[in-house]
Amino acid sequence: MKLSVSHIAKAYEGRTILKDCSYAFDKNGTYVLMGRNGSGKSTFLRICALLEQADGGIVTYGENGAALQPDMALKRRITLVLPRIGVFNTTVSRNVAYPLRVRGLSYAEIESRVNKTLAFVGLEQKKSQQARTLSSGETQRLGIARALVLGPEILFLDEPTASIDEENTWIIESIIKDMKKEGRAMVIMTTHDNAQAERIADRVLVLDQGFFQPDKSN
Amino acid sequence: MNSILQGLIQAFNLILNLDKELFSIILLSLKVSGFALIIATVFGLPAGALLGLKRFPGRDLAISAANTFMGLPPVVVGLFVYLLLSRKGPLGFLGLLYSPSAMIIAQTILATPIVVALCQSATVNVDPIIRQAARTLGATPRQVTVTIINEARYGILSAIIAAFGRVMAEVGSILIVGGNIAGYTRVMTTTIALETDKGNFELALALGIILLAISFSINALLHVVQKKGTITVS
Repeated sequence: MKLSVSHIAKAYEGRTILKDCSYAFDKNGTYVLMGRNGSGKSTFLRICALLEQADGGIVTYGENGAALQPDMALKRRITLVLPRIGVFNTTVSRNVAYPLRVRGLSYAEIESRVNKTLAFVGLEQKKSQQARTLSSGETQRLGIARALVLGPEILFLDEPTASIDEENTWIIESIIKDMKKEGRAMVIMTTHDNAQAERIADRVLVLDQGFFQPDKSN
Repeated sequence: MNSILQGLIQAFNLILNLDKELFSIILLSLKVSGFALIIATVFGLPAGALLGLKRFPGRDLAISAANTFMGLPPVVVGLFVYLLLSRKGPLGFLGLLYSPSAMIIAQTILATPIVVALCQSATVNVDPIIRQAARTLGATPRQVTVTIINEARYGILSAIIAAFGRVMAEVGSILIVGGNIAGYTRVMTTTIALETDKGNFELALALGIILLAISFSINALLHVVQKKGTITVS
């Protein structure tokens, strides 16, 4: 699946955040979106993830040369992990099972996928723990696990390491690298951290004053 | 002091000897309050959730009304239901006055605003990030609503327990619409009122002890539920 955005514009209460953003996310790998605070990175991700409407411009998902309808079926093939994970008041494994339960998968299928995903993010030992008692780094990994369990074709990560310790940052970076290795999903993420972008990005996009600056990585 | 002590001893005797009259009164109390609570929950929970989750014209007015009606004076409710069900009232043809059904109606009216207002408060207090998280994980609008209600479950349970506490301890309305008929509409609170008037303190004290025990159990349960629902978010 490919994603292309053209001439995206967005303003909040008269303040223009995005003026004219166009880009084609057409290769698997990790895209890192950078920019100052308030530059519109999160807004851009939310628009791409079809959680918010742009004031202008078009977001198009395509497959085999044809455009896909922005319906629930498409929304279920992509996932956004928010910077603040909305942890459900239940166990770690039930949190990870949630997106599968809302899709009506069988119990056996859910259990198998949850176990595999928890092992992938290193939380298998905590599966029965109350999710709200996890550390902030573990919570972030839980958020990623909850998205990964779906096997999304495009995974949006909004500042996944902004408020966590170094050890968990490394763990999350290695999860992203492993996803790339296994060809699991296209990752489009935001970060402030230049060094992190260097470590994991295939392409870096810089958002400044409502526009994308030229691609720095190629 | 002596009479209180004697009364207490005899009260414990009634309880320990499983006095038939005492237990039929307790059973009727639980039945009336239980049915009222079920009806109040069936209507009050969806109404409270709707007020907590949806924006529509008149919502603020409805919330204010629910909050105001939480403090409805039971005797006023009793009078209102009495007028409705009395022979000349609009529902007089049903012949429900001085029956357990009339008591259930009165207690339902008292319990419903509590369930509505506290369920509204429970759902509106769910962190907005939960709604966003559910949406990002592919939940349909209906599933998002169910998820929020599920997240508010401890608050909702507290609302139901609080409403049960209120109706179990209530006397004014059921005395008016039930008539305190022995073996038919006599419940714990109305019996306590009657037996105290008659100077027959043993039964009144026995029921008072049981009512207190039930009230304590309800509050203990409420405390446990609230404690379980407030896990520290890291």
